[in-house]
Amino acid sequence: MKTAVIVFPGSNCDRDMAVALEQVTGRAPAMVWHRDTDLPDGTDFIALPGGFSYGDYLRSGAMAARSPILRSVADAAGRGVPVLGVCNGFQVLTEAQLLPGALMRNAGLNFVCRTVPLKVENSQSLFTASYNAGEEINIPVAHHDGNYFADAATLDRIEGEGRVAFRYADSVNGSARDIAGVLNDAGNVLGMMPHPERAIDRAHGGTDGLRLFEAALGVLA
Amino acid sequence: MTQPAPAITPEIVAEHGLSPEEYDRVLAAIGREPNLVELGIFSVMWSEHCSYKSSRIHLKKLPTEAPWVICGPGENAGVIDIGEGAGGKKLAAIFKMESHNHPSYIEPYQGAATGVGGILRDVFTMGARPVANLNALRFGRPDHPKMKHLISGVVHGIGGYGNCVGVPTVGGEVNFHKAYDGNILVNAMTVGVAEQDKIFYSAASGVGNPIVYVGSKTGRDGIHGATMASADFGEDAEEKRPTVQVGDPFTEKLLIEACLELMASDAIVAIQDMGAAGLTSSSVEMASKGGVGLHLKMDDVPQRETGMTAYEMMLSESQERMLMVLKPGKEEFAKAIFHKWELDFAVIGTVTDTGRMVLEHHGEIVCDIPLAPLADDAPLYDRPHVPTPKQPELTNVPETTDVAADLKTLMGTPDIASRRWIWEQYDSQVGADTLQTGGDAALVRIHGTNRALAMSTDCTPRYCYADPVEGGKQAVAETWRNISAVGATPLAITNCLNFANPQRPEIMGQIVGCLDGMAQACRALDYPIVSGNVSLYNESKATGGGSAILPTPAIGGVGVIEDLNKAVGIGFRRTGDIVLAVGERAGHLGQSVWLREIHGREEGPPPQVNLRCEKRTGDFIRTAINAGWITACHDVSDGGMAVTLAEMALKSNIGVLVSEEQPFGVAESFFGEDQGLYLVTVCDTCLADFLDAAGRADVPVDPVGRTIKDRIVFELEGSDHQVTLAELREAHEGFFPNLMGADAALA
Amino acid sequence: MKVNVYVTLKPGVLDPQGKAIHHALEGLGFGGVADVRAGRFIELDVADDTSDADLDAMCAKLLANTVIENYRIERP
Repeated sequence: MKTAVIVFPGSNCDRDMAVALEQVTGRAPAMVWHRDTDLPDGTDFIALPGGFSYGDYLRSGAMAARSPILRSVADAAGRGVPVLGVCNGFQVLTEAQLLPGALMRNAGLNFVCRTVPLKVENSQSLFTASYNAGEEINIPVAHHDGNYFADAATLDRIEGEGRVAFRYADSVNGSARDIAGVLNDAGNVLGMMPHPERAIDRAHGGTDGLRLFEAALGVLA
Repeated sequence: MTQPAPAITPEIVAEHGLSPEEYDRVLAAIGREPNLVELGIFSVMWSEHCSYKSSRIHLKKLPTEAPWVICGPGENAGVIDIGEGAGGKKLAAIFKMESHNHPSYIEPYQGAATGVGGILRDVFTMGARPVANLNALRFGRPDHPKMKHLISGVVHGIGGYGNCVGVPTVGGEVNFHKAYDGNILVNAMTVGVAEQDKIFYSAASGVGNPIVYVGSKTGRDGIHGATMASADFGEDAEEKRPTVQVGDPFTEKLLIEACLELMASDAIVAIQDMGAAGLTSSSVEMASKGGVGLHLKMDDVPQRETGMTAYEMMLSESQERMLMVLKPGKEEFAKAIFHKWELDFAVIGTVTDTGRMVLEHHGEIVCDIPLAPLADDAPLYDRPHVPTPKQPELTNVPETTDVAADLKTLMGTPDIASRRWIWEQYDSQVGADTLQTGGDAALVRIHGTNRALAMSTDCTPRYCYADPVEGGKQAVAETWRNISAVGATPLAITNCLNFANPQRPEIMGQIVGCLDGMAQACRALDYPIVSGNVSLYNESKATGGGSAILPTPAIGGVGVIEDLNKAVGIGFRRTGDIVLAVGERAGHLGQSVWLREIHGREEGPPPQVNLRCEKRTGDFIRTAINAGWITACHDVSDGGMAVTLAEMALKSNIGVLVSEEQPFGVAESFFGEDQGLYLVTVCDTCLADFLDAAGRADVPVDPVGRTIKDRIVFELEGSDHQVTLAELREAHEGFFPNLMGADAALA
Repeated sequence: MKVNVYVTLKPGVLDPQGKAIHHALEGLGFGGVADVRAGRFIELDVADDTSDADLDAMCAKLLANTVIENYRIERP
């Protein structure tokens, strides 16, 4: 597997994502700078990490979504390359319109950092195949703008198409229908607010996130 | 300067915070009347903040050395050896704590945010990647009209900055007391990790080497209000009004990455962050430490605003800036890195051999002073001090009538209630190396290894107020204890010494007393001080609760655990485990939270710290944890054994039945704040080994009870009292949400 | 020339900040406030010959997120 982590100025979970990818694939990912225009040849998995790209000063993810590298990411996504956006990465993917909806300020207005239970809604996607449908997993969240919004028609559509990957088991941030993670229509782009890369070894207190990487990176036994 | 230089009047001298005697020293040092720029530089360098003029002679008494200390006080931060990292590289922990009290009272969000930014820079300046933030906060009465706004602003400011730069906030402490009504304390600590052969210091050297400015541009932020008001600058006053310093964590994040990238090369001779009075203190300190001179061209300083004077540039406290001396010929290489990270980079001067600080602006020399006197002739005061009178022994202490009910009350009081509302607003996990927050000490894995740093900040100001010497001992000992309680070896401390006006002998007495106690504890525990900060004049007439703060020498301790799998937490593991009290007991109720909260009495001497017992007990606890005997451990502090038990129970939702006879009265046994005391559970098969080892170590062990389901039961002679964990949790978790409410987020 | 851009949440999109401000105003005793919506004000200093189409594109492509926000451009 040749993986890549996109690094924006202000990304701060890029190293954590790289650790997760290397742990699972045995090979360090390429760290791709936002100003680059091309992904390394043969990249077959792309991760957009968490953080505060460009300080999130306009809207979370807004400026990163307009950076040069995002065109290549969109092209790759169009070719079916798996793209995982976590936290700020999810915000970037919605701002880039690779995923529907938007992420707004948490309903409680405060930043929230805690490990939360998630319900696996779709266990058929390439990212979630190691989970059972309806299974509850524990993954940490840490965000200020995680309140998922889309209009009712969009919500009905993505629910109908099985594109809700994860839901919060308890309300965390006011997200519409408690949506925590969303897939694109082809199923190869996943955006999620919770951080699977913070739940990959026992020292984290849980390894539920590891299974996502194992499934997505095709190393599941 | 472009305007005619104003004459230096006694008023201008006073507005710069210099006494007439100090001004005479300035005259003697330079042999003529200074101009305004020069006066400004002297005033900054001879301020309490930079010169430690009131505390220096006492700070010298603190132990600062140990075989594992790589760099003690005097640099940007302290450096200790923490052994090997991934790939066998020798690593160092670099850490410091600093205050941002006054700015946080004026503008809590930006004050706290820039406090975090400043302490981060102190650490990464030396080559370390910051891996943990902690903060020690003191607020006034929760129902004080300003307090909600202050709490909300400070917490959001710390979170806003720390979350964005991607450094986990893993620990800290919060106290409330009316003495802080008009002067809250915001002390921020950063711990970083560096390779030992990549540590950077601040001494400038190499005549002709370029002096480089990087980071954000300079604006008129934070220039001293009184000084500005002297208005000898022409133009309109409104535009020159000093502004609150605003933090930009995004730029700080870029600055961290750019500096660390440059530090991986060999281009840097010296580097220093621009903290308080940024360009002045950074340039003077770099030159003084290196024994060289410097020549700066003020026109080349990156400026955010037009028409800035040299005076303004030298005194500006704009954030996210650094000053470096580069090796010759490395300018382009370094510039490319900073431009990649979209940061300003400017060569603003050169190192000289004159021993003088020369500033040039608009083709004129606007400052030409010898550097040596700035450091060597700085005022040094042995201010008069009177020892704090001893508190009379407690008399007429009532017995508790319902230990369970008192416990429930205490769990919801400001100093003991759950801080969840605060810490859930901090990203404590970024870096994916955080192993524990909360508990006795935070644990952060040393990246790529099986070892971890253990960190804790502590101080009990009410003890320091009642008896500065005991309080100073206790603050140091408690961090040592907390680090021991997770199984780690405490190595060194940083401190942030917050006191009121040192020109009052009774306040100076508190300072001297606390430092004496701290020094005793550091020596006895082999636990040196490697960095620190002093914040004086913390008092306000507007408090309504006494004008001086409680003496608050906040201590931040750092230790290492060799095998992170051996670390234990505070939560009970299962029902049926025996709960033991380990350490000397005294049933000491003086200055206890119970006495204050239940009986409204802030009285008596604080508990004594017997440093020999402390060391013996802590060493035993650590050994027992690393032997794998202990399954849960928590030290006794605020609220005594009862609160300790409740915290252990709430952590894992397993209760406890207290069935064993206790050595003192009920209140004394359960609410006394005895020092050097730990509660533990021990695995069944290890109990014999544990007790045997305790006996050999001469450490007393008292049985307390046994873990049970869902409640805490006190089975005492004559009567039983109990409280469910659900009730305790409600009391414990309710305080902050009830206080802060929904609209608090707006502040 | 100075161009003002007002970015506001679309009607119907929940605005927690607006709600909190509303609540705070009520707490201060201002009873007559029916609703509060918080938005963003952006001041652009652009070349005098900047076309309306360019300004519109700036808003649509970056300054506003049209999934949740509307924008209004005010030229001198």
